[in-house]
Order: sequence, then C-alpha cells, then structure tokens
Amino acid sequence: MKQWFKSGVPWIWLNGAAVAFSMIMVVGLIGLIAVRGFGHFWPSDVALINLTTSQGEQRVLIGELVRSQTVPAAVARDSGERVPDDVELVTRHLIKLGNRDQTGVDFAWYLELGMEPWQYPRDITVVERREWGNFYGTPVALLREGAVVAQAGDQSFEAELQAAVRRSLDLHLQIRRLERGEIGRINTSLNRLRLDERRLELDSPPADVEAAELARIAAARETLDAQYAVLREELDVIYASTRRDTLQMRMADGNQVNISLAAIVRVTRPNELSVIGKSIQYVERVWEFLTEDPREANTEGGIFPAIFGTVTMVMVMSVIVTPFGILAAIYLREYAKQGTMTRIIRISVYNLAGVPSIVYGVFGLGFFVYYLGGNLDQLFYAESLPTPTFGTPGLFWASLTLALLTLPIVIVSTEEGLSRIPSTIRQGSLALGATKSETLWKVIVPLATPAMMTGLILAIARAAGEVAPLMLVGVVKLAPALPIDTVFPFIHLDRKIMHLGFHIYDVGFQSPNVEAARPLVYATALILVMLIVVLNLAAIGIRNRLRERYRSAGE
Amino acid sequence: MTAEQTNLMTTEAASAKPETASHRDRPAVSAAGARKVSERETMSLADETPKIQVNNLNLYYGADQALKNINLMIPEKRVTAFIGPSGCGKSTLLRCFNRMNDLVDICRIEGEIVMDGKNIYDRDIDVADLRRSVGMVFQKPNPFPKTIYENVAYGLRLQGVKSKRVLDEVVEKSLRAAALWDEVKDRLQDNAFGMSGGQQQRLVIARAIAIEPEVILLDEPASALDPISTLKIEELINELKHHYTIIIVTHNMQQAARVSDYTAFMYMGNLVEYGDTDTLFTNPGKKQTEDYITGRYG
Repeated sequence: MKQWFKSGVPWIWLNGAAVAFSMIMVVGLIGLIAVRGFGHFWPSDVALINLTTSQGEQRVLIGELVRSQTVPAAVARDSGERVPDDVELVTRHLIKLGNRDQTGVDFAWYLELGMEPWQYPRDITVVERREWGNFYGTPVALLREGAVVAQAGDQSFEAELQAAVRRSLDLHLQIRRLERGEIGRINTSLNRLRLDERRLELDSPPADVEAAELARIAAARETLDAQYAVLREELDVIYASTRRDTLQMRMADGNQVNISLAAIVRVTRPNELSVIGKSIQYVERVWEFLTEDPREANTEGGIFPAIFGTVTMVMVMSVIVTPFGILAAIYLREYAKQGTMTRIIRISVYNLAGVPSIVYGVFGLGFFVYYLGGNLDQLFYAESLPTPTFGTPGLFWASLTLALLTLPIVIVSTEEGLSRIPSTIRQGSLALGATKSETLWKVIVPLATPAMMTGLILAIARAAGEVAPLMLVGVVKLAPALPIDTVFPFIHLDRKIMHLGFHIYDVGFQSPNVEAARPLVYATALILVMLIVVLNLAAIGIRNRLRERYRSAGE
Repeated sequence: MTAEQTNLMTTEAASAKPETASHRDRPAVSAAGARKVSERETMSLADETPKIQVNNLNLYYGADQALKNINLMIPEKRVTAFIGPSGCGKSTLLRCFNRMNDLVDICRIEGEIVMDGKNIYDRDIDVADLRRSVGMVFQKPNPFPKTIYENVAYGLRLQGVKSKRVLDEVVEKSLRAAALWDEVKDRLQDNAFGMSGGQQQRLVIARAIAIEPEVILLDEPASALDPISTLKIEELINELKHHYTIIIVTHNMQQAARVSDYTAFMYMGNLVEYGDTDTLFTNPGKKQTEDYITGRYG
C-alpha cells in the first residue's frame, strides 16, 4: 500500500477523476439543455382523452402530454381530488390543452384514475395562432365570406385549407413589409421634419429663412401625408382581404369556434404525420424559432431579435475594447517606466476583473447613460428633447459598459503576450537601427497578436454571457426594431436591443405562462451557448492562423 | 537501408567533417599560432589604421563597476577578438560600440569611444544612425517572424527603401555574402523560423550586412551552433573582414585563435592584455593571460 502511494499512481487517478468529473458536469449540462431545448420543437401526438373525474363528471380532453408524475395519494387528496382509500400512489399527467382564449386554461393536471385509454384520432388538428397560443380540436368547415367552401371530410378540404393558410401568410408578409418598410420610412421622414421644425424654433433664425424653411417642411409633410394616405388605403384593402376566410373548428367539449385565417400561422395534423413529415415540420419550427420575431409576451414565436442584438452588441464591444485594451497594455509594458506606479496601475486593472458585473451596470447607467448621454443629448439632439436620444439605455451604452467590464481581460493577456517575446528579437531590431516605435510596430506587436486574440476571445465569451449589467444599460424585453437596418445611419447605436441572456431570464421568470415558457428557456439557453461557441471558434480560428504564421518565435 | 543505418551514417558524417576542420586548425592553441605566424609573418597594431579608439572607458551597473578604465584601439578591416572568463565584461564592452547598453536603465558610462573621429557618446549622435553603421549579431539566432526575404530587407525598409529592384538586389547580395544564397534562393518567401540554427545565424549576419555597416559586432555568434555551422560562420568571418571591421566576443579560445587578427584578454572588468593574436597565444606577456589560455582558470 505504501509502495502504491510512493509510486505516484494515486495522483494520476486523482487527477484523472477530476477531469472525468468536470467532463461529466459539462456534458451533462449541455446534454440537458440540448435535449430539453431541441425536444420542444418535435411535433408530438395529440391525444383524445375520455375521463370521469373524481366528482363523477364525464369530460373529453384534447391535448398534448407534457409530462407525468407519480405522487402519494395524500398529495392528490390534499389538492381536492377524491382518491379511493386503498390507493397509495397516483399518477397524474400535465396536459397542454391550448384554446386559452376559450377556456382560460392552457395547461392542466389530470389524475390517471378514471381515464379511459388514450386515443389518437387522425383528424385532430393543431392550429398555431398569432395570439392565444395553440388551438386543438377537430375541423368542421372552411368558410369564405361566411359561405362554406369545403366541409371537413371533403376531398378538397385539406388542399383548400392549406391554400388559404398560405394566402393569409402571404398577406401578412405584405402587411408587414408595408408597415415596416414604406410606412416606417414615411414615419421616419415625418419625425425628421418634426425635429427640423423644433430645431427652427430653438435656433430662431431670421424671419425670411424661417419662413422658407417652414414652407419647405410644410410641403414635404404634405407629400408624405399624401403618400401615407395612398399606402393606408392599400393596407386597408389587404387587411379586409385577410378577413375573407374563416376556419370552423370543434373543441373537445363539442362547442364550435370560428378562427379567422388572418390569425393562423400553421395548421397541422400531427397524428397523421409520418416520422419524415414530423422531421420536416421540426426543421421548419427550429428555423422559425431562429428567424422570427417573438409573439405572445415572448412565449411563442422566435428569438431572432435577441440573437441579432447579442451579436451586434458583442461586435460593437469588440470594436471598442480591442484598441483601448491593446494600446493600454502596450503603454504599460513597453513605454511606462516599470516602478511602483505601474505596479499599482497593473494591480488595479487586474482587480477590475473581479468587480461584480452589476456594479459596472450601475456605473454605466449613472455615468454613461445619464451623464454622458444626457450631455450628448443637450449638445447634439436638443431638438428631440425631452425625449432622450442617447440619454437613455441603448446599444452603445451596453457595449461600452461591457467593453469596460472586459478591458482588464484584454489588457492582461496582451501584456502577457508582450512579455513573452524574447528580448533578443527586440535587440535584433534595435541593432539594425530601428527606433523603439519601429521595433514595436513592425516586430513586437505582430508577434503578440495571438495573445491579443486570446484576450479578445475571453472578452467575447464573457460579454456574450453577461446579463446583469445589461438590464440597466440597454437591454429590454421586447425591442420594437433591430439596431441595424436600411435607414440612415444604418447602425442605430441609440436603440434598445434584445439579448439572449436577458431573454432567458425574462421568458423563464417574468412570463405569465410558465409552462409554455419552460421549453423556450432551454432552447434559448442552447442558442446562447451555441452562439458563444461559434463566436469563440471563429476567434480561435483566427488566432491559430496567426500563431501558425509566427510559430516558434517564442522558443 | 534501415533507420538505424541511416542514423549511424549521419552521425559519422557529422563527426567526420569537424574532424577535418579541426585537423587544419588544431591541435591546440600554440600550433594554431604557429600556423598563423607562418601565414602572415608579422602583424602589429602600430601599422594598422584605427577604426575605433576607446579612451578611459568606465561603465557602471548601478553601484557595480563592470568596466574599469579601458583603453584600446580597434583596427580597420581586421578581426578583433575579446576573450576572457564569464562575467569579465567582454560582452558589455562590445555592446558599448553600438550603445546597446542604453537599453539598460541602470547603466552609466564615463569616458569616450571615438569612431572615425567622433565620440559616439556625444549628445548629438543619433543612436539609430550609429546602429546602422555598427551592426550586431547575437549569441542566439534571432530572426524576425517574417519571411527570409523580409528579414534581410528589414533594415532597408526601415530606411524607406521601397523599390523592389533595389531590395531584390540587396537581398541577394547580402545572402551571397553570408554564404546562404544557394541554400535559400528557392524559398525566400518561407518563414525564417523554418531554417536550421546555423542558417538562421547566417541569415542574421546577412540581415546585418544588408544595410552596409562599417563595423560588425559578433557576440559569441557560434556558441549555440553545432560544429559544422560553427565552421561555416568562421569561414564567413574570414571573408567578411575584407570589407568590414569585425569585433568578436568568444568563450572559445581556439575560435579566437582561428579567426582573429588581434585579441584582447579581459579579466574582472580590466583589459589585461591586448595584441596580435599570434603573440598573445604563443607568447603572452602577462601571467594572468598565460594562466587563462593554458586553461588554469576561467
């Protein structure tokens, strides 16, 4: 035994075990997120359940099984169910019933006691809607202008229905294009005119100039109003046309409901679908999740604005933090006289990395947003006051706050990279008659670029996952517009953004519909992790290419 | 042929070449001296044109004095070697000639070093200019992380030379002068780190001579190299001395005997003895010198 300890074998086992444990935790975490996140998009079968409640009431349910639990009978009795005395354990199922607008209940628990065997009728139809979540039921008829086009069971019913859905999606797209594009442009122009007018008031130029300017504004406004009127009319026509078709559905309890096609995103019959059909739908739903805007207080639809916001913010942050961090590190390492002062500065910088991020958030809000932003508004955007432009949380301040947060990381790794460069290379350049700055920029800095990239990678990983400070300086639950679009100046640094990290928090903990939100939390978390991995891989790829170029310089 | 055989053969080859080399230069110091005497009859410092004159040079690292009242004359277009035990100040003295000691914050210098009639420690001397005319090669090869071509062109680019034609010409000329052209002419655009240690050191020499200095300082240029590479460097030095004034610091007395015309022996910051290499090695004037070259200490 003593021999065994002496041989060092236990150490190897201990170290190996530590690695194994870490791996299990990481793989477990990613696995859990992946399974829960990806599982959400699989179209599960919808069951028709006949049951007798413990009160003796007959009910019919249509819904998806979310999960099942086996609990002691006492627990069920406590929640008001009547369970026979001889039963010790009962199983209960959480069923997604949908039809929230009709019944007010989206999810409900039911005891297995009293359930007849579940059936999966092929005609059960799931209607995904823009509002109120899913609708489960059986179709009755498709109406056009109030007249029946096709009855359920008719040969043509399915084809007619899908055609109607496609048509309504097309119209929806048209509406959005008009509202966001054309009307958005007119609104921006009108707003600019309003600001011009206000600026005129503030500047109070000579009377003739003012008159001319006012005339120009009035004329421009008139044209815009005219354009708007035309568009409005066009829009009204489309809106009217979306109301043409109606789908008549029967709920589990037999009541009939009319659903306007304008509110429908997708109509499917999951029980009828083969595995391939489900796979196609799965891919469609994942794609929709990645590319669509969120609906229904973020519990439905996609997360595209959050992905876009996160990436944009990280990019802007990188653009800010890289030059600052690298220049600071070069000064500290190459130019500053190494002494007590530099040591104090260095220790302070290192300690900045340990400051809790929420502190940065508070600082960002107080200093960047209110002080800097407030003054910027006074100076450059006086005409739009009291509505703040930069004096309110936004993309730029969020990026700047994160840049500050990640600055120490970049400085530390750049400094380390610089200090690893052998002094002989430096002397070689100096001995050829290069000045200090020539040596620095032509030889030293290129050699240190892999280290700088390492710093940036770490900074990106940190920034992309940060949430707490962002809640204060620019991230919101629902941003009305993306920070980059086709309207001048294209990158709108003053806009508020959505962020995956905050989206997880918001959907998971601030959502009115917890059960519906739960899988989205996993899915969003998965996207966030994958996004960080992709950003990191890109940066690591760049670094390795650089490293290959300067291979063995340090040896 | 098996791997083992190949291995054997290469080892043999490697050991064979230096042997022939040493047959020519060895055995031992005295014989080398004898050969040289026969080759070049007499040389005397008095007959030479002075290139650099060191006057009353004292150098301090903080409170420690590293060089004590050095006086010596470096002759033009000759090879001058500094020998002595570790820590005797020979490298420090070498670095005074291109003011590399300026990089050490605590270093302080008294006295003067006159090159072509001008004290290089004068205030109005541009250090970068000085270093352009006094090139230096270090103990360990230190090529830049660039292509072979760019390494050699580096000094010229610093001077603002942009013409591709001029650069090509100088790069080829320098690499030829450093006896490297034939080995690298087909891979000028490869990274310099891909070369062997000996090639790298010759590349560094090529880099130094590309800017046409007047003096080349060599700080133990062969101490990190294998015997074959060492031989090549030594042959190169023999070539270069026709055009440049060369000062070499070396630990290796045989090397000093082989390559240098004049040798200075230093000990504990003092210049103990300085004279033509043959005399110094065959008939040293001081007891300390004799002890050192016969291997009694150091």
